[in-house]
Amino acid sequence: MSAAQNFLLRHPGMVRLGVVVLLLIVWEIAARWLIDPLFISPPSRVFASLGTVWNTPGVPAALRLTLFELAVAFAIAVVIGLVVGLAVGLQPFARRSLMPIILLLYGLPQITILPLFILYFGIGAASKIAFGVTHGMFPITVTVVAGVQNLKPILLTSARSMGASRWQILRWVIFPHMIPNFFAGMRLGMTGVLLGVLLAELYVSTAGIGHFTTMFTQNFDPTKLFGLIAMLAAMAIVLNEIVRRAEVRFGRWR
Amino acid sequence: MTSRRNDRAAGIGSRAVQVGFLVAVFILWYLATTRWGVNRLLLPNPISVWHQLLDVLRTGEYLPDLRVTLTELAAAFVLATTSGTIVGYFVSRTRYTMRVFDPLFAGIYSIPIILFLPLYVLFFGLGPASKIALGTTISFFPIVINTIAGFGNVDRTLVTAARSMGASDYQLFRYVLLPAALPVILTGLRMGFTVALLSIIGSETIASLAGLGHHIVELAEGMDMSRMFAYIAFVVMIAAILNGAVSYLEARGRRRG
Repeated sequence: MSAAQNFLLRHPGMVRLGVVVLLLIVWEIAARWLIDPLFISPPSRVFASLGTVWNTPGVPAALRLTLFELAVAFAIAVVIGLVVGLAVGLQPFARRSLMPIILLLYGLPQITILPLFILYFGIGAASKIAFGVTHGMFPITVTVVAGVQNLKPILLTSARSMGASRWQILRWVIFPHMIPNFFAGMRLGMTGVLLGVLLAELYVSTAGIGHFTTMFTQNFDPTKLFGLIAMLAAMAIVLNEIVRRAEVRFGRWR
Repeated sequence: MTSRRNDRAAGIGSRAVQVGFLVAVFILWYLATTRWGVNRLLLPNPISVWHQLLDVLRTGEYLPDLRVTLTELAAAFVLATTSGTIVGYFVSRTRYTMRVFDPLFAGIYSIPIILFLPLYVLFFGLGPASKIALGTTISFFPIVINTIAGFGNVDRTLVTAARSMGASDYQLFRYVLLPAALPVILTGLRMGFTVALLSIIGSETIASLAGLGHHIVELAEGMDMSRMFAYIAFVVMIAAILNGAVSYLEARGRRRG
């Protein structure tokens, strides 16, 4: 076996990189010589256009607005998910009676009520935030409930018999116990918030990125469209990665 | 005995809370529209929504839209299932290809693919083609990832045992690999179906010419609120029926496998 083969066998990551590069080359060739330039743009040109897209009046503000919507929606979803999850999960009766309702609502295809969100919250940032919140809060609630549900009763009993107050039990027994689930829920919640906010943005938007994707599509400007979508994808990847890192970091304290 | 009786009492109690919750929602909704003067353009009367729902079901005006959406869904799901299981099977053949491709698929899967909808509309137009393409892309990833996980985690001893007893390639696939991997693959297919349905209705809502999602938007833009609420309820019912049917098929397939 040659040295090169040996190296590749030990580093699948390099081959993975090679696959991605190969795909980019195929795309480049196809876009340059085979397909109508009205519809597709080669990756080299997209990469070169990132600066132009960033300099298009309104685009930085639109990206900032979308990031703001994502952050606010995520924060609200986490708070609601945590509060509802604790309130429902800590009492067996509440859990038995309310969990089916929560799961039923979670299972509804929320996309069907997107027009209602626009109607109630307007076409500005509020409707995107609201739609992101309703997508993000359910997975967080469900995982928090699951986290406090499998708490061993003996832990509660022993804490109580040693004279712990309600708050102390919450702070030192329940909270540490549900941390891994809570972070797993936050990761799912982030996926939901991204989906909700981006769906609402694409549906109707006056100042956010939805406005620019529509504009670039209607002007048959694939270079800028690819550039903008690449920036958004990068934003989504970074946000997902932050939550995933947090999950790995805080999820294995036990 | 007492604990069982207590359990039953608690069971009835929680049922009562659930029923009470739904009843309370409807009463509040009714009072809000009749007594408290909430604008009818924001919240229609539940009774007129009910009449509209019956009307929608009776006239069958949903048939053309339903046909469009179901055709798109069927095409997208068949394409995603075929490509996802075939690609997944070949990737799962060696540890090495799994280590190369699995993180690649998982990485792309974590990007919200709905972002690419404007590109799909640019390539495939406003008609069904862009919905089929988006639905296929979105449902491809859960299917391929679960197929890799299913075939990749078959117990080595089973494979070695079958081989040492002289199983052919086909026999190994049919009687060892497939039954062992099927439950995981079926879960992937169910997840793929659900996301395909959601993304197709979603892309119809955002940019389209026909389909269930499109009709909801049409009614919303016409400010025909009771009919729109009725239509939303109708689409939710369709989605629930489809997802229920797929879950049932998954459970059956697991038992057979």
